[in-house]
Amino acid sequence: MTLILDPTDERVPVRRSLTARPEHLRGVVGLLDISKPRGNVFLDRLEAIFGERLPEVEVRRYRKPTFTKPAPEDLRRKILEECGFVIEALAD
Amino acid sequence: MPLPAFTLDSTDGPRAFPTGRAALLCFVKEDCPTCGLSMPLIEAAHRAFSGEVDVLIVGQDAEGNAVLVERHGMTAPVLDDSALRVSFAYDLDTVPTVILAGPTGEERTRFVGFGRDDWRHLMASLAEASGLREPAVDWDAYPESRPGCGSKSVEPGMAERLEAEASGSPLRARRIEIAAQDDEFEFMFDQGLTDGLPVVPPTPERVLRMLRGTRRDAQEVVAVVPPNMAPATTEKIAINAVMAGCRPEYLPVVIAAVEAVCTDTFNAHGVMATTMGAAPVLVVNGPVRHRIGMNMGLGVLGQGNRANATIGRALMLVLRNVGGAKPGGTERSTFGSPTKYTMAFAEWEERSPWTPLHVERGFRAEQSVVTAFGMTGGPHLIVDQTSRSARALGGSIAVGLESAAHPKAHRYGDVLLVVGPEHLNTLTRDGYTTKEQLRARVQEVTARPMADLVADDDVGGGGAPASLTSEQRARLVPKFEAPERINIVVAGADAGKWSAFFAGWTTGPGGTIPTSRIIEE
Repeated sequence: MTLILDPTDERVPVRRSLTARPEHLRGVVGLLDISKPRGNVFLDRLEAIFGERLPEVEVRRYRKPTFTKPAPEDLRRKILEECGFVIEALAD
Repeated sequence: MPLPAFTLDSTDGPRAFPTGRAALLCFVKEDCPTCGLSMPLIEAAHRAFSGEVDVLIVGQDAEGNAVLVERHGMTAPVLDDSALRVSFAYDLDTVPTVILAGPTGEERTRFVGFGRDDWRHLMASLAEASGLREPAVDWDAYPESRPGCGSKSVEPGMAERLEAEASGSPLRARRIEIAAQDDEFEFMFDQGLTDGLPVVPPTPERVLRMLRGTRRDAQEVVAVVPPNMAPATTEKIAINAVMAGCRPEYLPVVIAAVEAVCTDTFNAHGVMATTMGAAPVLVVNGPVRHRIGMNMGLGVLGQGNRANATIGRALMLVLRNVGGAKPGGTERSTFGSPTKYTMAFAEWEERSPWTPLHVERGFRAEQSVVTAFGMTGGPHLIVDQTSRSARALGGSIAVGLESAAHPKAHRYGDVLLVVGPEHLNTLTRDGYTTKEQLRARVQEVTARPMADLVADDDVGGGGAPASLTSEQRARLVPKFEAPERINIVVAGADAGKWSAFFAGWTTGPGGTIPTSRIIEE
């Protein structure tokens, strides 16, 4: 990871373009619990729906240590290596 | 280990921790509903136990603290941690965070968010330790638990800023993480941070190194940059100087250039916005030229010298990134210009007997000065390989300059004439010992009857009205509204019988006026 300092007046959030969306889901989908209370409830439900509707898709679960900080580098790398898709749950 | 000690202003004067008694620290922020839920219990603890226990509410924003006091009728002291230094020192993730500490600041109990049982146990233990009565609380009115909210000290970007402050770092700019799998050069293109060429990634290490090039405080606001009227701190200028490829010793020149263009006289907004495609052209005078190795000789207006190339580029990146001047936004130039990438050079003072530009403009010779010109085009070459007299060569230069904007456009504003060394030799050998003589010759040769300057069927343009009296038609009008509008410097290689010029944009209060600033070394 490279860290740079923002050369602008910081009025606009840093933009990142979305990755192109594929037409079909296949491979591994990661479900990332950011450790907000009850996020796991939402993800449990999602995992069940995946099992019913897309049984060929493998689901793996991940968890951030705290919602207040970015995911640790090794967790991000692990998700990147293992998954084709990732869904994060924000809840309270 | 005891908890971090601190002193904060509060609703009843400065309050220090540890207090020498048991203390209950309650970190809260106003817009957190769970904090609101906890406030009556905090107040109840204060009323019941203040004889033995100091209840200190640490609020995370000043206005919010006042709202909390008002809304909940708080009599417990509310401490102002709007700078978030204490929240950061306590490594908070969540508010409310409630900490019971002993007389010397040692931690006894801590819980975050709201837990009914946590509070019941806390009240019971406070009563037992103090020998005072527990307050009457209708516990059934409270939910079993509620999660807290994120502490303001861990909001995006805030943690890094507080960490920098705590460690004494001068850096305050927002930090942007570029993921390991991303290419940092492509990332900066994607973010619109470059002029179309690659930039050096402004890492904190590089920016710190750049800041060593100046004695100015990193957070000093050097200028307010149009069109967004955004403050440019020394740090922001240093970041853009890193990106442009500057060495730290160039930074004082870039700072002075930013000061010069962000003035009402220079009018950077107009210069950058005009469809005429104007851009700042920087001329550097004085000892700094040698110290940082600026080019004033062969290829002076071209590529190849790092100082010349990157100082002008750093200024343009500040205007783009800090000021927000971007093509298609407020920048509306029809053609643009290569000078919008970079244009800075030095006058070859030692090569010339003439008074250098900065001395003409009222500075001392030993001062280093940058002068910014808002120029719409150039360099345009004036070719004369045959003149052997100052009179003839001065005449050539005059008719060359007359083409600025349009040959019929007289009473013109500023022009920046770069006299080449071979042309200088011809002029000085034949008695032109001052720049004023050349200026006078230009005005003399270009003085034309107004009748020649009006638009006609064959040649349009021109600035003069078509309906003129015969007296007006005969009146002679020189190219420039005043001789001093002809700004002259000497630079270039020893070989080549050429001079060059940059044509100005509109001059005066509604346009741009050349502006100089001292370079602090």
